[in-house]
Amino acid sequence: MANIMIRQGEKGLTFYLPKRDLEASIESIEFDTPEKWGGELKLDNGGSYYIDPIAKPPRLPISLRAKRLGAAED
Amino acid sequence: MSTMTREETDALIAEVLEVYPEKAKKDRTKHLASNDVTIEQSKKCITSNRKSLPGVMTIRGCAYAGSKGVVWGPIKDMIHISHGPVGCGQYSRAGRRNYYVGTTGVDTFGTMNFTSDFQEKDIVFGGDKKLAKLIEEIEMLFPLHKGISVQSECPIGLIGDDIESVSKKGSAAIGKPIVPVRCEGFRGVSQSLGHHIANDAIRDWVLDKRDGQAYESTPYDVAIIGDYNIGGDAWATRILLEEMGLRVVAQWSGDGTLAEMMNTPKVKLNLLHCYRSMNYISRHMEEKYGIPYLEYNFFGPTKIIESCRKIAAFFDDSVKEKTEAMIARYQPMMDAIIAKYKPRLEGKKVMLYVGGLRPRHVIGAYEDLGMEVIGTGYEFAHNDDYDRTIKEMGDATLLYDDVTGFELEEFVKRLKPDMVGSGIKEKYIFQKMGIPLRQMHSWDYSGPYHGYDGFAIFARDMDIALSNPTFKNLTPPWKKAVEEEVKKAA
Repeated sequence: MANIMIRQGEKGLTFYLPKRDLEASIESIEFDTPEKWGGELKLDNGGSYYIDPIAKPPRLPISLRAKRLGAAED
Repeated sequence: MSTMTREETDALIAEVLEVYPEKAKKDRTKHLASNDVTIEQSKKCITSNRKSLPGVMTIRGCAYAGSKGVVWGPIKDMIHISHGPVGCGQYSRAGRRNYYVGTTGVDTFGTMNFTSDFQEKDIVFGGDKKLAKLIEEIEMLFPLHKGISVQSECPIGLIGDDIESVSKKGSAAIGKPIVPVRCEGFRGVSQSLGHHIANDAIRDWVLDKRDGQAYESTPYDVAIIGDYNIGGDAWATRILLEEMGLRVVAQWSGDGTLAEMMNTPKVKLNLLHCYRSMNYISRHMEEKYGIPYLEYNFFGPTKIIESCRKIAAFFDDSVKEKTEAMIARYQPMMDAIIAKYKPRLEGKKVMLYVGGLRPRHVIGAYEDLGMEVIGTGYEFAHNDDYDRTIKEMGDATLLYDDVTGFELEEFVKRLKPDMVGSGIKEKYIFQKMGIPLRQMHSWDYSGPYHGYDGFAIFARDMDIALSNPTFKNLTPPWKKAVEEEVKKAA
């Protein structure tokens, strides 16, 4: 589990992992409805993370706990 | 735009790397690239923020340099203790030219060096008692200081001193904030982690200390984040923002104070200049206080106009009107500068190798003068910095991350720029090779370079460097005679 931050960027959502200073944009989010938001996040760097679905946060950025599903190759 | 094709640039990189052993070559190849403006993600062409290769000359600093030297150091009314052996603080003292207003040694302490001067016995028995004594002495000798930060040097982490508890006790005793910063030099791969640690320390120990207190705010409150007032940069920025009708509440951290930092959560917009060193605190304020942040660039009129309009778009029409009036007022001055210097500088080629924001931010200023940046690179950038850089640079230009002394020298020899912009360590190497160099870290003891006023100085300085007659007289007379004979014979 890692702390991550999701932010509204100029073009879509961005993902930030403070521990590794990793910034990437989110290519897809599994659930994106007002009552259920989250699930699997696919990043543009090839990585993917999972956040527990929650009600859509009223304001971004938001810090969350995420599970790493697949690391970005480097 | 560039004179080189991608094949030529790639061939140049391969040729320069030829001398390395196989393993080193493999590692370094990832850090060098020819720019491809079509790529969205820098990760596909360049690797950054990795450990430097042992055995090569790197120009990077350490976490202590990032915290004490960059982020905390310029906060003028605090005393920053370099906790550990004397050298780290002493050899970096006042080297960064963060200007400030105040009486040094009375109410401001920017250029002074405070250190706990560790000896062998402190390493063996621990330095906590010494730190407690030091805090007492500071309070007695400099009663007008507003707070203390304890900047750890390598041994503190190695011997496991508990600076947090000493700081808490000391803080209670003197009634002023004392901030322990765990920025031991061995942490991370470069000064970049030091910035992060320093930002986190500000977040945990400073930022929320005035939450809930009464504060007279206006709708036009902004903070300048990540401007270290080198040669007066933040002042040149501030006057422009004030002319736009904004109220600058805080300067982070050039000519800044502790009180300003504590008031920052009350602003409406954070203006972020150095993204690399202060994005962390901006992100935090965006999440916790809902303050948006905006990256801007105050190098060269084109970028200034662009940035000012972007900033004004956040506010009401009165700000927009004032912004347009300001741009119109400065335009004739800028036209005069460009008319004066552009004919002298047009078509000259520059290579840059600097730190956090300048390898991309100053490109616009050079282009305003008709100059071309043919190579650029960062000491300690991350992939997001390169994402931004790719768009600024011409196609097939050279990008180098954490370049080694050897590589930079070879690149300069082959590309033959008219000028190099880098630091003091590179300055005399290249000047002896006959290429003028301007230090882009400290503005070569000149400055400011930010803002409209800064651009005038920037243009003059570039002209001074390039038109210096010295560089035409580098061949000694006895070698000149031989050269002429060879020419005659040929």
